Amino acid sequence: MKNQKAIVETRSLAIGYRSSGIERTVAANLDLQLRPGSLVCLLGSNGAGKSTLMRTLSGLQPALTGDITIDGSPLHTLKPAELAQKLSLVLTDRVDAGNLTAREVVALGRTPYTGWLGTLTKADHFQIAQSIEQTGITTLLDRHMHQLSDGERQKVMLARALSQDTPLILLDEPTAHLDLPNRVEMMRLLHTLARDTYKAILLSTHELDLALQTADELWLMHPDGKILAGLPEDLVLSGAFEATFARNGFSFDRTTGTFIIHQPVENAQVYIEGAEKPLFWAKRALQREGLGVSTYRDAPCLIRVFEVENGFESEIIYQDRRVKVSSVQALIEQMHLLFPSHTRSGMAS
Amino acid sequence: MTQHTPNRSWTLLFLGILAIALFCLDIMLGSVAIPFKEVFRIVTTGESENRAWLFIIEKIRLPKSITAILAGCGLSVSGLQMQTLFRNPLAGPSELGITAGAGLGVAAVMLAGGGSASMYAISQLGISGSWLIIGMASLGSAGVLALILLIAGRIRDNVILLIVGVMIGTITLSIISIWQYFSQPEQLQEYIMWTFGSLGGVTGYHLYVLSGVVAGGLLLAFASSKSLNALLLGENYARSMGLTVGRTRLLIMLSTSLLTGSVTAFCGPIGFVGIAIPHITRSLLGTSNHRVLIPATCLTGTVLLLLCDIIAQLPGSQTVIPINVVTSLLGAPVVIWIIVRRNNLRSSFS
Repeated sequence: MKNQKAIVETRSLAIGYRSSGIERTVAANLDLQLRPGSLVCLLGSNGAGKSTLMRTLSGLQPALTGDITIDGSPLHTLKPAELAQKLSLVLTDRVDAGNLTAREVVALGRTPYTGWLGTLTKADHFQIAQSIEQTGITTLLDRHMHQLSDGERQKVMLARALSQDTPLILLDEPTAHLDLPNRVEMMRLLHTLARDTYKAILLSTHELDLALQTADELWLMHPDGKILAGLPEDLVLSGAFEATFARNGFSFDRTTGTFIIHQPVENAQVYIEGAEKPLFWAKRALQREGLGVSTYRDAPCLIRVFEVENGFESEIIYQDRRVKVSSVQALIEQMHLLFPSHTRSGMAS
Repeated sequence: MTQHTPNRSWTLLFLGILAIALFCLDIMLGSVAIPFKEVFRIVTTGESENRAWLFIIEKIRLPKSITAILAGCGLSVSGLQMQTLFRNPLAGPSELGITAGAGLGVAAVMLAGGGSASMYAISQLGISGSWLIIGMASLGSAGVLALILLIAGRIRDNVILLIVGVMIGTITLSIISIWQYFSQPEQLQEYIMWTFGSLGGVTGYHLYVLSGVVAGGLLLAFASSKSLNALLLGENYARSMGLTVGRTRLLIMLSTSLLTGSVTAFCGPIGFVGIAIPHITRSLLGTSNHRVLIPATCLTGTVLLLLCDIIAQLPGSQTVIPINVVTSLLGAPVVIWIIVRRNNLRSSFS
């Protein structure tokens, strides 16, 4: 896949705003490539300039310096109608077209190909039907846009972009207003689409976890205006991922690929072992309560956890005492009795 | 782009039949009772033994009914385009001050032209006079429309834009008031008669000019239907689908100004048609697709304005009340009904 000719290529691109002669550069020296069949996630903190990059790549905003090549031709030489056949967008703009049905919205994607009256040909209908099938929105077609949930509406907008039949699709925070199941579904759908349709899909998102799992490539946007591109796994292992989101108050766990909200506690008194599932959740609860978990087995207190059917069982061994508990809540309560100084107030001091 | 559901086709057919029926009724009714047979003969053959009847039908009622149709189509399609362009369900020629702008143009001709430029004098001027007044009214509409578009670029909130529109309308009307204050009583009377609105003043050359301009405006609107559909998703989406937004906007503005300007110039400011008809049509047909909506809006506009004209004559009586009063009495409740029924006007277009 690496040898594929890129759909989008930028050379020493600088993006930003120019108003009344004053330039404000958001990011510079960008040499990026988007290949067909790959899903690329653009990540960065709020204000890092993700939207500016998306707007510049989609031609809604001019580049400050440098070149953008889309499908072989420089972006700025493409007429709007030509560009519309190369890239399609899914934006965060709210669509107020209340009285349009989902079918009509998807059909609007054919706008760049239809004549002056917008009459649809057989080929147009075929493309529309295909986009509907790929996004799985067959049941929504006759409903009006205002009757759809956020997740359904987003899928319809994606189907519209697909029916525009472009080698490149840009999505600006497509998961922003969705709940967790819908976010997961949307990302999985995009991942499959990139594979099946051999399109290049670029999306900006705040879903670090989902991006790590689904993206073929990540573009990490630093607040200082640099973009690091690479395989998600490489970026995690090299520490680049951590550096992009570095903040006081939480750290990134390279092993699990998640951010740790609770800071580690010094001279932890507890060691915990046992079955994988209960171990994960018990550890989490202990960390939240400020009871640090030691990495050494010879810690004063040992907790053993066991997996039982639909439940949890645990044994606390401290000095010569052995206590058995059957819920995480009971475990936490016992621990607070044993280590009164390690409660939440104790952690603050 | 839409399959015509049988339901929708029936609605369109019904509207068409209703429009024809009302057109006939409008010609038949009036302060002079003319038998139906005679009316039919005059319309089809153009002959009658009674010369007075012939004159009434050919020179008064027929032009008036045709004017009603032109005004109905022109104002409602103009309102439809504005609602899509501003993405605002409360946009309309009179609501955003476009009619007031046309009024300013008319006032400029009537009041500034001195005593010789009264409506009577203009009708004596014949074709060049009607072009002058249409030109000025369209220019006035285009001026206000351009101003509002400029402000709409900065304000995203529908309700605030509407308030701005009302304010611009008020400013325009105030300028007209100042003008009126310094005008001669005879000119004033002419102008005030014009503000009541009348479908009856358009005859002869004027009717041809008005028909031509309205037809041109409607054609422009229909030609923009694909762009209007794309604009339903918002400007960014429209641009991403290959639309040259600036040019499209200019075309829509041109069509809207021509339609509002020409109708307002000849018939006076007719309120509520522009805002109410597109909503009625949308809820009748359940679509926002402009390829269906523009012709359908014309039909609904025709039906409603003919109905208003029939009511304005107060059938059976000798008096005629101003058309503007009737459309407001009928249109304002429709607007209230829309707001009450859909209290989410900020977000929806239906």
